[in-house]
Amino acid sequence: MPLSLLRLGFSSEIKPDFPPPPAKLKPSYDVVIIGGGGHGVAIAYYLAKYHGITNVAVLDKGYLGGGSTTRNTAVIRSNYLTPEGVKFYIESVKLFRELSNEFDFNIMYSERGQLTLAHTDATVRAFRQRAEVNRHFGGRTEMLDRKQIHELVPLLNLDTGHMPILAGLWHIDGATARHDGVAWGYARGAIQRGVEFHPLTEVTGFDIENGRLKAVKTTRGTIQCGCAVQAVAGHSSLLLQKAGIRAPIHTYPLQAMVTQPVKPFLDQLVSSSALHCYVQQTGRGEILIGGGSDPYPLYNTRSTIDLKEGLLAHAIEMFPFFANVKLMRQWTGITDMTPDYSPIMGLSPVENYYLDAGWGTYGFKSTPICGKTMAELVASGGKVPELIAPFGLDRFSRFQQINEMGATAASH
Amino acid sequence: MKIMPCPLNGPRNISEFTYGGEVRAMPDPARASVAEWADHVFNQDNPAGVVREWWMHNASGYWFIAERHTVSDDILRTYDPSEIFRERVEFAAAPTEGTPS
Ligand SMILES: Cc1cc2nc3c(=O)[nH]c(=O)nc-3n(C[C@H](O)[C@H](O)[C@H](O)COP(=O)(O)OP(=O)(O)OC[C@H]3O[C@@H](n4cnc5c(N)ncnc54)[C@H](O)[C@@H]3O)c2cc1C
Repeated sequence: MPLSLLRLGFSSEIKPDFPPPPAKLKPSYDVVIIGGGGHGVAIAYYLAKYHGITNVAVLDKGYLGGGSTTRNTAVIRSNYLTPEGVKFYIESVKLFRELSNEFDFNIMYSERGQLTLAHTDATVRAFRQRAEVNRHFGGRTEMLDRKQIHELVPLLNLDTGHMPILAGLWHIDGATARHDGVAWGYARGAIQRGVEFHPLTEVTGFDIENGRLKAVKTTRGTIQCGCAVQAVAGHSSLLLQKAGIRAPIHTYPLQAMVTQPVKPFLDQLVSSSALHCYVQQTGRGEILIGGGSDPYPLYNTRSTIDLKEGLLAHAIEMFPFFANVKLMRQWTGITDMTPDYSPIMGLSPVENYYLDAGWGTYGFKSTPICGKTMAELVASGGKVPELIAPFGLDRFSRFQQINEMGATAASH
Repeated sequence: MKIMPCPLNGPRNISEFTYGGEVRAMPDPARASVAEWADHVFNQDNPAGVVREWWMHNASGYWFIAERHTVSDDILRTYDPSEIFRERVEFAAAPTEGTPS
């Protein structure tokens, strides 16, 4: 970063460093990646940089990062519940820490720590378990009592309505990063190495013969491919149906909002699953507020006043002074939820068609490790890396779910 | 707030209702293979279009069926389940051997 910044500072003209999209689709690619969100371009990046596979096309029906990649609240953490989940997310946190160097481009990774609040004894017990599991695999997590919480976040109201705060789970590794920067960094690195990024190219169907994918049909013509990966998050089910694959995914909207900027008052990410609400202050001073999903499935990024009202009521319980702050923007993304709140990665019933789906409300933090392991899977022609083996689609027919519901509900 | 036309209670705020999943046929639990049962328990069509789904009015505990468009969120029709479930469904006890373990 510093070197290229210096170079830019001395140069008289600043050119956008993104090359224009290639005009034409080639008739065939070794790898077709469907979905140009963070996940799609991360897979392309690791394929090109670490496996020398560059005859790759990333196709997106819209534009780079136009899905949930640039709508999320950018929480990065590893304090999940299951050993499988924690091991996986810890590797992602490690990659995130190095990402600005890897890209030579600042993704504004900011390790601010995440404080999750317990309002019941049952949650306190669950937190103890999460702290132990996280520490066991090398994460940094501690339990805090009320006094320590007050010292850490003095403006937080400890006596929230009928449910006073009993304890906190303090995850020192909790962080945020600039989500569009992550997508740009991966896309730029992939394109520089020869990967093609095609916006406005929607995948509409597949040519599958004897359980093998031959070609991908798009709104700009049919392309042959050696293999394909789907990384379309909220649209996962629609593409799976076209490939004839059944999966346990439901699509729910997830809403978020920011207030007008205020003076810096909150360094940590603060989250309460009992209040279905989490709060953080952005680098620009805005208060970012997020919460649980909509109450029923929908493929639509509309927002609702009712959800916003409920979320704000809880945010005000946590930080009463928010009542005087004005909302500035609000938005929604659609999320592909699985019944066990864990992702679906790996093989599919179609031999050379790989899945990167089921990311629900927690897929931003996994972008680097998912890209890296999915690239290994693709490059090896279908050998599933150990780290993602537990997350295969077939876990549901073996009744071997990885239950992360309690560690996911309102802190993504 | 969005309004749900309840077949029993009339138009009500949608916050009074709970979504209950897609309406689909259940395989015979006593005879279904493990794979068929897993498919039924977990997999969903999750289409973008008109879906027939279960809803419950929380206060009255009344279950009914709604046809809703999952892209526009338009609720096209709601009706009592008796419209499609005409016969009582008996759940036979599963035989002890051959049950999924
Ligand atoms: C409000 C909100 C807050 C969130 N907060 C967090 C958080 O704090 N931490 C966290 O880890 N995660 C969070 N998430 C979840 C996270 O954003 C997603 O899981 C993640 O961004 C998924 O990335 P992706 O690259 O797989 O998908 P996306 O970024 O959604 O990209 C998928 C792309 O596929 C394209 N596509 C779809 N169908 C087709 C087709 N047929 N052909 C071609 N292209 C297609 C779309 O145009 C889209 O660009 C949040 C999500 C939302 C909505």
